[in-house]
Amino acid sequence: MILSWPTIILEISSLGIGLLLLILGLVFTSLKSKATLGYFSIIALLLMLVGSFYLPSGATQTFINNFYVQDSLALFFKQLFIVSALLVNTMALRYMKPHTNNRGDFFALTFFALTGMMMMASAAEFITLYIGLELMTFTFVLLTAYKKHDLKSGEAGLKYILLSAVSSGVLLYGFSLLYGLTGALDFSSLVALFAPTSSPLLVWAIVMVLAGLGFKIALVPFHMWTPDVYEGAPTPITAFLAVGSKAAGFVAFIRVFFQVFAVYSPIFMPLLIALTVLTLLIGNLIALAQTHLKRLLAYSSIAHAGYILLGVIAYSKLGLSAILFYLLLYMFANIGAFAAVAALVINTGQDKISDLAGLWKSSPFTSVVLLVSLLSLAGIPPTAGFIGKFYLFTELVSRGYLWLAFVAVGMSLVAIYYYLVVIRTFLSGSVAEKTSMTIPFSLKLVMLVSVVMTIGIGVFPGPFTDYLLKVAQAFLG
Amino acid sequence: MIGLTHYLIVAAALFCIGAYGVVVKKNAIAVMMGLEFMLNAININLVAFNHFLHPNLVLGQVFAMFIVGIAAAEVALGLAIILSLYRQRHSIAVDEMDILKW
Repeated sequence: MILSWPTIILEISSLGIGLLLLILGLVFTSLKSKATLGYFSIIALLLMLVGSFYLPSGATQTFINNFYVQDSLALFFKQLFIVSALLVNTMALRYMKPHTNNRGDFFALTFFALTGMMMMASAAEFITLYIGLELMTFTFVLLTAYKKHDLKSGEAGLKYILLSAVSSGVLLYGFSLLYGLTGALDFSSLVALFAPTSSPLLVWAIVMVLAGLGFKIALVPFHMWTPDVYEGAPTPITAFLAVGSKAAGFVAFIRVFFQVFAVYSPIFMPLLIALTVLTLLIGNLIALAQTHLKRLLAYSSIAHAGYILLGVIAYSKLGLSAILFYLLLYMFANIGAFAAVAALVINTGQDKISDLAGLWKSSPFTSVVLLVSLLSLAGIPPTAGFIGKFYLFTELVSRGYLWLAFVAVGMSLVAIYYYLVVIRTFLSGSVAEKTSMTIPFSLKLVMLVSVVMTIGIGVFPGPFTDYLLKVAQAFLG
Repeated sequence: MIGLTHYLIVAAALFCIGAYGVVVKKNAIAVMMGLEFMLNAININLVAFNHFLHPNLVLGQVFAMFIVGIAAAEVALGLAIILSLYRQRHSIAVDEMDILKW
């Protein structure tokens, strides 16, 4: 009942820094002082990241009638969100300069999105979950439509708000049915009140919650927004959507389906398996036909939602730790790839795959980053992606889903093909008119961090998997 | 005697009308109206459940208040984007938003 401040300090500081950035953007009058706001946001995020390691991680604490919970799972996801926000803001420093006019609101908005994600990671009750989700979504809509004079950006923003509103309507309808059936909205009471019987209304509620949360993680029948929004949004925001928004969707998904609906796993599992197979097939096959790099990465992110869901289907501690590990490596690989796209867009203004030709000559560093990131997404051995897929597939096989593992491996081979097409394009190609690219230092830093982490996790996965297994054990008891 | 069933049927009908409006309407503002229908159907659901099944709780009403507030924020955001799009294209027809596809 008593709110202990140190454990929710991350949410409070994220919200506070966001408001402070808004105010500072109004107080600072000269363009030069406004330009410091981006650096200020990065320093604040670094401090939050360092501070998060000093928080008590072992004990599970709940606040306000079990409405809000702080456990090691929530802490892991909060650190993941802070790291992704840090990399995204660093990427945006130079990239967003022509669009922000040095206003502080862009960086303030990323902090509000971060607050929403953190609320989703800690929510143990449906109202809190909904508010965190909408705080995150509305902020992302604003960030997507941030380039006011760009037709694509505005159109993506409108599509995102309309479709996400429909999805949250469906999600809320599910919540209202659950409330009617049980009279409770917090997860621990719901688990106690569920009888191991099923009524048709309850099945409806589960299906609607699955659809609503499936929208956020881009499951296949609910994925239509993903390619359009990813293409229209500014590139750093696309990276944030692909990493942060998806991870936040997954933490809600894990809490709801591993904890609340645990007794009903025989009911939702067949549906989940069908949707996962569909996601793997459609995500990977449509990616083959893409000509734009951001759209290709959007379809690849849909396919990766399918791989991560394999861990949910395994429905075990090892499966959960494999999900967490995969989200970690997926973050670094995706941010590396989007940073390379950002470098391309800054220099040429284009993001077509054919524009990559000659990149190896004009910027070897960007080429190496893109190569490592795509190899990690494809799951080729020296990188982290291989270890992540290996953990997911072995756990799936040991739980008896051999056929599903075959489908997933087959689709990974398709994925390797379309990543290799991109790699071939930038390794070869004529360089007649290409001069060397200029890449801002902040972007180089982001690329360096993501490459080092992608290879580092791939070579020394031990400490990460041990820690994540502990997190999964603490969560599933 | 009007009971819970009647309220639930009204809410379900309203939800379906709203969803139909979202799918078929071409004007972006009419689509937003369909969304409002859907969210208010959920409010009816929550308040009716609260009144008939759990009269000693207030969670349903509280949730409905939150949904009303968030729906207002959603409309404000949607209309702001529609306004900025109208300035560029002089049209708010949803089916003309086809720069981004495939």
